Amino acid sequence: MHPTPVRELELDLDAFEGPFDLLLTLLLKEAIEPREVDVAAIVLAFIERLAERDEVDLESCGEFLVLISALLELKARSLFPDEAAELDALEPEEAAEELARRLAEYRRMKEAAAWLVQRLASEHDRWFRLGPAPLAPRAERRLAAQDASALAVALRGLAAPPPNVSLSHMALRFPPVSQFVERFRSLLARRRRFDFDAEVGGFSRVEQAVAFLALLELRKSGEIALSQAAPFAPIRVSRADDERILTWTARSA
Amino acid sequence: MDSPLRLIASNPVDRLARTVEALLVVASVPLSVGELAEAADDDPERVETALALLHERYFEGRSGIVLERVAGGYAFRASREAADACARLFERPVERGLSQAALETLAIVAYLGPCSRPEIARIRGVAADSAVASLVERGLIAEAGRESGPGGAVRYRTTALFERVFGLESLAALPRLDDLGADADELRDRLLEVASARAS
Repeated sequence: MHPTPVRELELDLDAFEGPFDLLLTLLLKEAIEPREVDVAAIVLAFIERLAERDEVDLESCGEFLVLISALLELKARSLFPDEAAELDALEPEEAAEELARRLAEYRRMKEAAAWLVQRLASEHDRWFRLGPAPLAPRAERRLAAQDASALAVALRGLAAPPPNVSLSHMALRFPPVSQFVERFRSLLARRRRFDFDAEVGGFSRVEQAVAFLALLELRKSGEIALSQAAPFAPIRVSRADDERILTWTARSA
Repeated sequence: MDSPLRLIASNPVDRLARTVEALLVVASVPLSVGELAEAADDDPERVETALALLHERYFEGRSGIVLERVAGGYAFRASREAADACARLFERPVERGLSQAALETLAIVAYLGPCSRPEIARIRGVAADSAVASLVERGLIAEAGRESGPGGAVRYRTTALFERVFGLESLAALPRLDDLGADADELRDRLLEVASARAS
């Protein structure tokens, strides 16, 4: 078998000068640091070599891709210190083994693809009908015995005019957030903490929503601290300084 | 005298053979013995006997239609002597223009499937997205679940159409993987041989 251009490929890099297969061997023997190898320059050299030839050698391209990707992986591993341990654990013999295993796996698949091509050629005179599978028959629907009066009742229900849709929510009046902000401020001036749910329990849903916004405003400005034991549990509101004291006490303890 | 009259005799197996023959004419995919038995509402063993009868009638050189065992079932195809005539009238869209990348991807899925695109890319050393998309579009491979874990990649397997196009009874008819290509030991030895030759 004549040597492929991949093996012959002459390289002139900063870290190495010589044929590609020697570079690979030195890398496997750890005589050269992968991080010092300019992979892009190798790719350029290979492309230039390909351009010199009249026809594209797909086999060489495939071999080159496998080798250069293995080289890229080695380089990537060496560039990341966290993964250096894994690379260090790989003896040169093991690295050669791994590279050879990958090459062998790829070659087997290439051979399998070649077998498929031969098979296709030998089967080119086999013609058969091609198309989607015929549809399976529809499953028979079996209905229980029906009562005509029950059908009439169901139809009557459908014929009844639908209930009027309430549009009351379209004219909602939102109380100002500031009203609740002031309310909560004065509440905390009198008490160290209060239960939000208990305070707003008597309000409408809209008022409760606005009160909650007021709570968020106060929290944003750092005036209050909020705590809730679990989702949907009562919200406990306390003075911000009060919360700091509690935290400090807990840490000291 | 070879007479088709045999199939229209009143023997019950002959009658079943006619039913099986009709089912195979209607079907556009190979039918298994089980499927034929269910559709004919008969015993699988008797269906196999009926298939043997049909095989006597539909074989290469005797009929323009050939009964073949393919893709885990039975199907009719045209005889090989009619291939040129078929080629003048019909197209073969499934296997036409399969690229080398697609064939390698197909081989990987056939041997290692179900497998994902990253697995295919790892073996071939290049992204397999377009090859996989082309094979899915042709109906030669299909999705077969996902890899375990959150966000697992889609896995692919070959279809019955793949076996039919390549004339395989099943995936077991593929050559053994160990019999293909160079083995890893030989390649490693060659790498080390080159290394020592260069180093000396």
